[in-house]
Amino acid sequence: MGKNSKSRIPEVLKKFEKELLADWVKEQLSTIALRRDLVKEPELRQQSADFLALLREAAQSGNLNDITAPEWASAREMLGGISRSRAVQGFTPSETATFVLSFKQPLLTRLREEIGKDPETLFDEIWAAGILLDKLGLYTMEVYQKSREEIISRQKMELLELSTPVVKLWDGILALPLIGTLDSARTQVVMESLLQRIVETGSSVAVIDITGVPAVDTLVAQHLLKTVAAARLMGADCIISGIRPQIAQTIVHLGVTLGDVVTKATLADAFMIALQRIGLAVKKNT
Amino acid sequence: MERIPILKMGHFLLVTIQVDMHDRLALTLQDDLTNQILKTGAHGVLIDISSLEVVDSFIGRMLGNMANMSRLLDAETVVVGMKPAVAITLVELGVSLKGVRTALNVEKGMELLQEPLRSKAGARGDEQQEG
Repeated sequence: MGKNSKSRIPEVLKKFEKELLADWVKEQLSTIALRRDLVKEPELRQQSADFLALLREAAQSGNLNDITAPEWASAREMLGGISRSRAVQGFTPSETATFVLSFKQPLLTRLREEIGKDPETLFDEIWAAGILLDKLGLYTMEVYQKSREEIISRQKMELLELSTPVVKLWDGILALPLIGTLDSARTQVVMESLLQRIVETGSSVAVIDITGVPAVDTLVAQHLLKTVAAARLMGADCIISGIRPQIAQTIVHLGVTLGDVVTKATLADAFMIALQRIGLAVKKNT
Repeated sequence: MERIPILKMGHFLLVTIQVDMHDRLALTLQDDLTNQILKTGAHGVLIDISSLEVVDSFIGRMLGNMANMSRLLDAETVVVGMKPAVAITLVELGVSLKGVRTALNVEKGMELLQEPLRSKAGARGDEQQEG
């Protein structure tokens, strides 16, 4: 689109900056009326003014087609910053995109006022402005989406770490209370942290408590058996405890065999066995 | 040729693997170990693999084989000090070393080896008292 080199959009942006800003802020305030709690009016005004200034500057370069060009770098950066902060604040996608897209109306209104007499030029200008703002809008969404994904993956990691604590019950006895569904990735983390703690503490018995595991299917059973086998290779015995009646039923119905692994109904029973293994006993004080 | 030393400690043989195991080394060790058991009449073998960082299915199988061979020669084998990563690898490879006794460290492994000897000695003691 060679015509864009002669576009009058930069000129309009420069000439009517103040009016455009006023119209734009008004437009945004009317559409995101519900979000006053998240963004204050002065802040919104400031953001809009800053972005409009950057937009004007970038548009002066005459390049309205390619927002990945270096002259658009600062505008992109600003937009990315707004998008990211809105993603963190909990704006919806449409509310975030509205920031750029709501600029369309004031801009088009000004363009019509300026070149209303020449329909062909007007059409070209509206076309160019539409494409530019859509691109900026899409860019906003991309950044928004990306920052949301970052948050999700970070939380996933945190959950993974939080959900696999290895606790020491006694000198030489470790317990691994499992909570939540066991998938391959989690089992890997569980297995590694358990084996690591076995080495660190020199424990010879580990109790794996599955009270918090909602369902045991063949895959989960296999994961458990792998963990037990790995611990055995290192010289530690494993006891599986916390098998609820329903779980016992499913295990049998599925035809899963836990092999020669010692299983107990409660953690307390498993703890007693573990104490026996290391040659200790609980005695009542009389 | 590179060899893994086999040390005699009382009734037991102590094998400490300090280098990366390759196939030839494992085969040589298997040879040496069986010969040494016969020569010394050892009752137990302790294989310390706490410095072993990398294993493959062959080395895993060799460990199992050595344990079974020793048992045939009347020497109980204990593998001690396996690293978590090695244990995970062996489980994933499907080598679970069934029938091989394991312990966390050399000290605990020694205790395991001494247990049957002690009970044997105890039994003999009883017999003598009776007689």
